[in-house]
Amino acid sequence: MTADGRGHRDVEPEPIDPDLPPEPGPGRAPVRPRAEALTLAAVAAGGALGALARYGAALRWPTRPGAFPWTTVGVNVLGCLLIGVLLVVLTEAVTARPLLRPFLGTGVLGGFTTLSTYAVDVETLWREGRAAAGFALLGATAMLAMLAVTLGAWGTRRALRPMLARGGARPGAGRRS
Amino acid sequence: MSGWALVAAGGAVGAALRYAVDRGLRLWHDGPFPWGTLLVNLLGSLTLGALTGALWAGAAGERLGLLLGTGLCGALTTWSTFSYETLRLAETGRWPAATGNVLASVGGGVAAAWAGHALAVSWWG
Repeated sequence: MTADGRGHRDVEPEPIDPDLPPEPGPGRAPVRPRAEALTLAAVAAGGALGALARYGAALRWPTRPGAFPWTTVGVNVLGCLLIGVLLVVLTEAVTARPLLRPFLGTGVLGGFTTLSTYAVDVETLWREGRAAAGFALLGATAMLAMLAVTLGAWGTRRALRPMLARGGARPGAGRRS
Repeated sequence: MSGWALVAAGGAVGAALRYAVDRGLRLWHDGPFPWGTLLVNLLGSLTLGALTGALWAGAAGERLGLLLGTGLCGALTTWSTFSYETLRLAETGRWPAATGNVLASVGGGVAAAWAGHALAVSWWG
C-alpha cells in the first residue's frame, strides 16, 4: 500500500512503531505471521461489508438492462472521495490503530468500489453498439474518480491544517500514502 | 445461502486476495508503482468478463453471479485504492507513471473484460 515510501520528495521515514527493530531490508516490512493474519482478517471483514454496501446500492437503485449504470458510477466516485479523506486522516493527522487502514481503506472502500463491473459495463455498451455511452462511462468514471479522490485528500488536508499546525500530527508523519 | 451471504462471502475472499497479491508482489519487488492493484484489477475484469459470458450462455446461474461476480470480482477489483495510488504518484511528481496507471487500468480492464467474455462465449456459447 505504501506506493512511495522512497519517493522523490518524501524522504522522512515514518515511525510505525518505535519499539520494533529496524526493518530488515530497504523498504521491506518484516513478515510477522500473527500480524499478517490479523490484517488479512480485517481486510476480509471490511471487504464483506463493502461488497454488501455495493450490493445494497445496486438493489436500491437498480440499473435496467441496457441503461447507463449510474449506480456503479456513484459507488465508485463516492468510494474515491471517501478514501481521499480517510487516508489523509490516517496517514497525516492521527496515530491510527494498526488495523484501521486495512479494515476501512483496503477492506470496506476497496470492496465497495469495483473496476471489474465498470470494465464489463463499458465492454457491454460497446458490444451492443452503444459506442458513445461506452466512451461516456469510460471517461466520466475515470475523471470523476480522480477528481473525487483529489478533492477528498486536498479538502481534508485543508480542513486539518489548523490541527496540524497546533502540533496535532504524529511525529514524523509526512505526505505519504 | 441468501444473496447477501453469497455477496459477503465473495467480498471477503476478493478483498483478502487483493491484499495478499499486493503484499506478495511488494515482498518480491517493492517500488512506487502499484503493480499489485493493476494486476488484481486486470485479473478481476477478465474473470468478470468470463462470468458474464457464462451467465449469458446459461453455463452459470444467478447465485454464482452473486458469489463470484458481485462478491469476489467486485471486491477483488477497486477504484478507491487505484485512484488514491494514482493521486500519490502525481503528488510525488511521477506524472508518467500516474498517467500510465490510469490508461493501463482503464484500457487494460476493458480489454480484459472483452477477452474474458469472448473466451467464455466461444467455450460455452
